[in-house]
Amino acid sequence: MRFRIALLLLFSLSLIACKDEDDTANGYTATPLELEIPPLFAEKILPPVIPEDNPQSVEGVALGRKLFFDKRLSADNTLACAGCHRPANAFTDPRQFSVGIDGLAGTRNSMPLFNMAWNYGGLFFWDGRATSLENQALAPVVDPIEMHNTWSNVAQTLQVDGEYPGMFEDAFGTQTIDSVLVTKAIAQFLRTLISGNSKFDRYLAGTENLTPSELNGLNVFLDENRGDCFHCHGNPNNPLWTDNIFHNNGLDETFTDRGRGEVTGDPREFGLFKTPSLRNLAFSAPYMHDGRFETLDEVIDHYSEGLVYSETIDPLMKKVSEGGVHLTPEDKADLKAFLLSLSDESFINNPDFQNPN
Amino acid sequence: MRKIALMFAASLLMIGCNNDDDTTQPIPESTVDFTFTHNWDGNMIDNTDFDLLQYFNANGEQMSISKLVYLISDVTFVSLSTGEIFDAGDYNLIDVRQGTNLSFTPDIEIPEGEYLVSFTFGFDDEDNQDGIYQDLNSADGGWNVPMMLGGGYHYMRLEGKFIDNTTTEMNYAYHAIRANNASTTPITLQDTSFVVDLGQITIGSSTSIEIKMNVAEWFKNPNQWDLNVLNTVLMPNFDAQIMMYENGSTWSNSTGVFSKGTVTQ
Repeated sequence: MRFRIALLLLFSLSLIACKDEDDTANGYTATPLELEIPPLFAEKILPPVIPEDNPQSVEGVALGRKLFFDKRLSADNTLACAGCHRPANAFTDPRQFSVGIDGLAGTRNSMPLFNMAWNYGGLFFWDGRATSLENQALAPVVDPIEMHNTWSNVAQTLQVDGEYPGMFEDAFGTQTIDSVLVTKAIAQFLRTLISGNSKFDRYLAGTENLTPSELNGLNVFLDENRGDCFHCHGNPNNPLWTDNIFHNNGLDETFTDRGRGEVTGDPREFGLFKTPSLRNLAFSAPYMHDGRFETLDEVIDHYSEGLVYSETIDPLMKKVSEGGVHLTPEDKADLKAFLLSLSDESFINNPDFQNPN
Repeated sequence: MRKIALMFAASLLMIGCNNDDDTTQPIPESTVDFTFTHNWDGNMIDNTDFDLLQYFNANGEQMSISKLVYLISDVTFVSLSTGEIFDAGDYNLIDVRQGTNLSFTPDIEIPEGEYLVSFTFGFDDEDNQDGIYQDLNSADGGWNVPMMLGGGYHYMRLEGKFIDNTTTEMNYAYHAIRANNASTTPITLQDTSFVVDLGQITIGSSTSIEIKMNVAEWFKNPNQWDLNVLNTVLMPNFDAQIMMYENGSTWSNSTGVFSKGTVTQ
């Protein structure tokens, strides 16, 4: 008897000490799903950020994927998230401004979507106004120039569908659909959108060589005298290729869009926008927060000759009074070649990221 | 048989819950807290002071601070009674504008007593290994230094604007790293981290030590810094890095970049 009690006590202690906290509030646990973390990410940077109240699950990701591609999230059933975040374009929109269901265009270019689980600061959108992926997914559905719907209408639509209630049951243990669970599911899917297999990744892994032009382009990128791109866009030790921080990169003398400053109200942040990742540039034109540049050449020309002064311009912008550092044509071409080596064909063609509907 | 089962279960418990705390060293007694404060010749710097052209450096330029992020490492305690050296070997990346890591408790417990306390600004060469710290690779878009400049990590990123001698507003990026000269083969590297000696401090059960940084001193002594000449592209500038090292490590007439502030028990 003593033996049984001691054994039971030991196992109880073990269970208490090692209990994980993945259980949902209602006691239901879906099938856990680990993110497929590229080896370089695992080696070089901190683990992805997964909220405790929304762990990844097989069922949650499947549901989120279905929702992401479902036009019924919009008021007139014509526009899905994927309508402005297209897989072939690294989940951005090839149009400068996306057009909502009422034919109204936005004022910013749709952001590409990948590697968002590594956004450690947890601020999303060009201006960082959303404080989580779940929170971010709330906005487009009800934005009058986007999907122009109401969350109650979305919930009602999905509730009477033949498949969704069962999928929510599988993912979250309840058939009662609301905005919280819809955005949780979409966020789970978005966290699976991982891009880590570009030519440059393979170069770092030792399985592929870069051309002399791409190698010189890397040097231009890292050279404070030339590109000095790395202070905002990272380096080979940070495979995200963004700092996920907000900067004024010398686009305008005055601001029609205050960017980060519109959110914080801080004049010191007027005209600041989040640094986008340099991955998948081959697919994600046009560029900048307002999609003003159609080509990478225009982007490089901007930093080389087109910088303009404004009060909040970032100190990292060099020789602003001369428009920039004036790269040579060869350095520009090589920088472009390097940047394109960060594009990941396997990401945009990943069958797990395509429309399941 | 019962004993074997019980031992097996106990082993499972020990394996499952092992937290690597086992040590053969004597049981340590307390941790020590550090707080970091920043000033410009005595005027405190906080978030509201950033981006304002409110400072004048020793050379006379009006200037602002937009960013001040820096790394300290190897907080070390040398016991005055035993000579024993305690060094947690960890590091702290302080972002003044964002207010992150302004408090730091090295991961080590030491017996109460009298100590000589010091820390390293930046990383010394032993620690300044390229790309090996996941948290620093992830910080600020990568706290790394490109391999073409010798690799490793930044010590400090101090950025802002100044009015130059033509009354034009200009940018500066006072980035301290290991001095390097890439024009030689192989690249010439010189460790420009430095040890900051905080002197003798009594360590009790709840000691907190304030470390003060006077930002103005980076531009003052012994090298009066001329931003008109040295403003950007300072990372590949060997001589500029030596000057930063000299200005950071010089302590004279009771002034310097770093100093010991209030110690509370």
